[in-house]
Amino acid sequence: MENILQQIGIENYIYLSTLLFCVGAFGVLYRRNAIVMFMSIEIMLNAVNLLLVAFSTYHQDAAGQVFVFFSMAVAAAEVAVGLAILVAIYRNLNNIDIDSLKKLKG
Amino acid sequence: MDTKLALLLLFAPFIGFLINVFTGKKLSGNLSGIIGTAAVAVSFAVTLSFFLQVSSTKEAVMVDLFQWMKLANFDVHFAFQLDQLSLLWLMFVTGIGTLIHVYSISYMHDDENIHKFFAYLNLFVFFMITLVMGNNLLIMFIGWEGVGLCSYLLIGFWYKNQDYNDAAKKAFIMNRIGDLGFLIGIFIIGYLFHSLDYTDIRTVIETGSHHIDPTWLSIAALCLFIGACGKSAQIPLYTWLPDAMAGPTPVSALIHAATMVTAGIFMITRLNYVFDLAPEVQNIIAIVGAVTSLIAASIGLVQNDIKKVLAYSTVSQLGLMFLALGLGAYEIAVFHVITHAFFKACLFLGSGSVIHAMHGEQDMRYMGGLRKVMKVTFITFLISTLAISGLPPFAGFFSKDEILMTAFHHNKPLWVIGSVASIMTAFYMFRLLYLTFYKDFRGTEEQKKHLHESPGLITFPLIVLAILAAVGGAISLPGNSWLNEYLAPVITRHAEHHHMGTTEYMLMAVAIVGALIGIGLAYAKYIKQSAVPAQDSEITGFAKVLYNKFYVDEIYTALIVKPIYALGSFFKNVTEVAISGFIFGLGKLANVLGAEGKTLQNGSIGFYLFAFVLGICSIIVYIFLAK
Amino acid sequence: MDVLIILITLLIGAAATYFAGDKLASKVATFFSLAAFGLTLYISYLQSNGVEVGFTRPWIRVPNIQLSFLADGLSLTMVLLTTALAPIIILSTFKKVQNKAKSFYGLIMLMVFAMAGTFLSGDGLLYYIFWELSLIPIYFIALIWGGGEAEARKKDVVKFFIYTFAGSLFMLVAFVYLYQKTGSFLNYHFLRLHLNGTEQFWIFFAFFIAYAIKIPIIPFHTWQANVYQKAPTAGTMLLSGIMLKMAIYSIIRWQLPIAPAPAKEYMYPLIALCIAGVIYGSILALKQQDLKKLLAYSSLAHVGLIAAGVYTLTIDGLRGAVLQMVAHGFVVVGLFYAAEIIQRRYNTTEISEMGGIRVQTPRFTSMFMILVLASVALPSTFNFVGEFEVLYSLAQTNIWFAVLGGTTIILGAFYMLRMFQQVMLGEQNTKVFADVTFGEGFVFVLIIGVLLFFGLYPKPIVNFVSPVLENIILHINTSN
Repeated sequence: MENILQQIGIENYIYLSTLLFCVGAFGVLYRRNAIVMFMSIEIMLNAVNLLLVAFSTYHQDAAGQVFVFFSMAVAAAEVAVGLAILVAIYRNLNNIDIDSLKKLKG
Repeated sequence: MDTKLALLLLFAPFIGFLINVFTGKKLSGNLSGIIGTAAVAVSFAVTLSFFLQVSSTKEAVMVDLFQWMKLANFDVHFAFQLDQLSLLWLMFVTGIGTLIHVYSISYMHDDENIHKFFAYLNLFVFFMITLVMGNNLLIMFIGWEGVGLCSYLLIGFWYKNQDYNDAAKKAFIMNRIGDLGFLIGIFIIGYLFHSLDYTDIRTVIETGSHHIDPTWLSIAALCLFIGACGKSAQIPLYTWLPDAMAGPTPVSALIHAATMVTAGIFMITRLNYVFDLAPEVQNIIAIVGAVTSLIAASIGLVQNDIKKVLAYSTVSQLGLMFLALGLGAYEIAVFHVITHAFFKACLFLGSGSVIHAMHGEQDMRYMGGLRKVMKVTFITFLISTLAISGLPPFAGFFSKDEILMTAFHHNKPLWVIGSVASIMTAFYMFRLLYLTFYKDFRGTEEQKKHLHESPGLITFPLIVLAILAAVGGAISLPGNSWLNEYLAPVITRHAEHHHMGTTEYMLMAVAIVGALIGIGLAYAKYIKQSAVPAQDSEITGFAKVLYNKFYVDEIYTALIVKPIYALGSFFKNVTEVAISGFIFGLGKLANVLGAEGKTLQNGSIGFYLFAFVLGICSIIVYIFLAK
Repeated sequence: MDVLIILITLLIGAAATYFAGDKLASKVATFFSLAAFGLTLYISYLQSNGVEVGFTRPWIRVPNIQLSFLADGLSLTMVLLTTALAPIIILSTFKKVQNKAKSFYGLIMLMVFAMAGTFLSGDGLLYYIFWELSLIPIYFIALIWGGGEAEARKKDVVKFFIYTFAGSLFMLVAFVYLYQKTGSFLNYHFLRLHLNGTEQFWIFFAFFIAYAIKIPIIPFHTWQANVYQKAPTAGTMLLSGIMLKMAIYSIIRWQLPIAPAPAKEYMYPLIALCIAGVIYGSILALKQQDLKKLLAYSSLAHVGLIAAGVYTLTIDGLRGAVLQMVAHGFVVVGLFYAAEIIQRRYNTTEISEMGGIRVQTPRFTSMFMILVLASVALPSTFNFVGEFEVLYSLAQTNIWFAVLGGTTIILGAFYMLRMFQQVMLGEQNTKVFADVTFGEGFVFVLIIGVLLFFGLYPKPIVNFVSPVLENIILHINTSN
């Protein structure tokens, strides 16, 4: 089978995943809505996953792809728990703006 | 055999002490007195036998018990030596000690704590024997501090009176100042000679087996002399002795006149070969001795307390002894120690007899006329007064005359000072005699009714001591001195033998005339004019300065005691608070840091995330930059 | 048989005391402490006859900590002091009703266990564990059974705890550094290490902070007087009699051999600091109105002199310091006991409320007097032997050190006799003061007996410790 990397170079994957990661990071820092932040985190996670898969192919080593499956499974679990928490917060506060969650200040 | 006897000599008083301490309460007063006296008498008997033995064999008896201390350079043993010098000292320590114990049986009869009194007295004799018998400086130091302790206990014997306790404390502390000097001297001696044994030190000096730095040796001698100053009440450490008269009179006689205060002279005589190598220190000793003798005598001129006069007279006489020591005339100093022990003990006991008759009154202004009722006391007192004033043929004449004669040959100014002090001595002693025993009684009627001669137990020691004060001079007559020959083995450089020529007879005559002048002045004032010393408030001018002892106590208080207390207050209120505050400050700093730090944790998740990202970024930057 | 049995006895004793219940606690504690003392004597006897009673066994592989117990003359002397004082301290609390007695005596036993362990440990981390362990019982003893106002007491005790604990952390850092170098915490391995000057300096400094606070050397002493005053007397006795000796022992055992170069280089400032403490403590003692505080400051002065002796790095100084440690341990326990007896009867430690006690109490007066005299180092008491050797070593270093350090002779007599006069002498006190009971007198007699016996015959202890100290001096002098 023709290697996809011969058509699109590895550096492009790196650029894309960096871009995605930055989008996610800025989303986390900039947005105050917890759900949007959650999505941003997912984007960051997927940026990393993309990179892992790309490098896995680059090195002809399946371990990276296996690892991505793990991280996707974990991310799914995390989203399940995280959304549950958000629902609980919403029930208590009637919004999910993180600026209203300041009870833990020192 | 010798060992056992020597230990008996040493421990007999200690056993007496133990008996009186542990069973004293159950014993009657007389019985504890008898036990105490017997204990010292045993020591005296053993001393006598040793004395005879050593006088004939001329071999010192050495006793080595066991090792006490171990230092890098030398070992210190519990070891004793009975040679000519120590036996001579033991003779009068135990001899006069026995007499004073006898005296105390009667004198302290009514005191509820009589068993303690005898216990302390015995303990004192025990430590005094230790001091004298030791064969090295540290054993001497045990005795040295031990007698200081007993002196403390006995001065403060009537402990309910805080003034007496102050006097006791003062005596102990001033002695300790001297003791520190002594201790430093011991350190230097140990460092220089690698031993503290007298015989070793002497061997090193005589054979020159290793080099001794003369500067350090002089410093050592000076330090030892400071020790002697403390114990023997010389300038500047003499002020405790007059205060020490707070103790019962037998104590003053035994400790503060006859024995303990001569320990300084004993120490210097013991180490005469060390002091001979330090002529500068000898000069200091001579000057300090002469000046002390003059100052104490001048203070004695105006005192009204019978015991205070005797106390200053003791300081003055000790000064004369140090003058002799400083001039290298050790035998003569020893001679004066012995005669002084006789007549001063007699004087103190006599004054005790007077105080006893007067029911505790010590002020001479309220005495007088006692000659008629207290014949024995008067006669013995008179003999001793003549002896201390230096009239022939009494003991004091010979010893004092020899000191002055030596001073004349070495250092004329010191001779003048010594002679003036002697004239003053004659004056104040006869002043005391006239005020106490002559003219009419000046006390209350109540006291007059009870005036009585003291019982036999009190007068017997007086008589013995008076006889000794009268004939004691015989042990060292000019030109034919038994004492000098006897002491020859322990003293390396002998006082030069004065040929009895015209000068010497002239000097004798001058001394006698001087004494007579002093007596004449006293006679003119107190018998002819019937003067009675003024009340305290009426004293003016220089007499007031003298009466207040040149304000030395006040000066010491202002210069030493007060600043120490002030420093204490400063430490307590300033430095302690400051250090403590600094430490608490560190604790507070942690608190402040925490308070500041907690504002970082503001609960805003956005802020946390921002800090988190910033942190990660800076780590990445750091890693790339570091590469 | 080896030294472990002493520690085991003490540890079992601590547990047994606790489980014996309030009524029996004091008796069980006495029994076990006496047993420990007997065992220590027996083991010291074995050791002096050449039997090897210490050992080193593996304990924890990573990090490499070994169960190592040094049992030479020096450490056994200190353990003897500890186990001899323990029953005396426990006896001294008899007759006084304690609440929560089982915890009180259990903590005392635990503390004795920890202190004995400190003296015996040959492994740095083991030593550190014991060192810190000893702090915990005294913290509770002072906090729970102490006197004075609760808030003030808490403040002082917590200050003491944090202060000494913080100091000890520096020591831990030093140990960790040494471990990095050798891969082991054994004292024996540390001694073979060749450290350069800077390393030695920092290690010396770290140890110094820990020990200077514990001893205490000025200016690290501010915790002392208040804690001594507020802790129950048994706690004060443990602190002043034994615990501060741990620090001086540690200087001899750990600080000087591991880092000898700074000790030589900074000998003069160190000695000067210690002697400044002597004078400072003495003068402050003069100004105290509280009996226990006065004794605390006098202890500060005496301990300063001991530390000065150690830092002279001479055999006389070290030997004198060890002798003085033992002597001071006994005398200070005796003096605090006297203070306790007065406090039991008059319910105060204010000197101004005392006075005129002597009239009513001939026996107590005599015993107190002897202790006062021992504390001012009258010759023929044990304290004199130690003080003489220390001062002699100071004189060899520099004569002025001996003169200044020797002022303790004068100032000591000054404040002790002044205190004695104000407390005991004078007109009869209106408040009744019962003379000592048999039990109380017995404690005094034990202490006085020890002080006088070794004052006249210190040879057994001297022979026991001298070889060890000579080795240490040799090690210091040969290492560069």
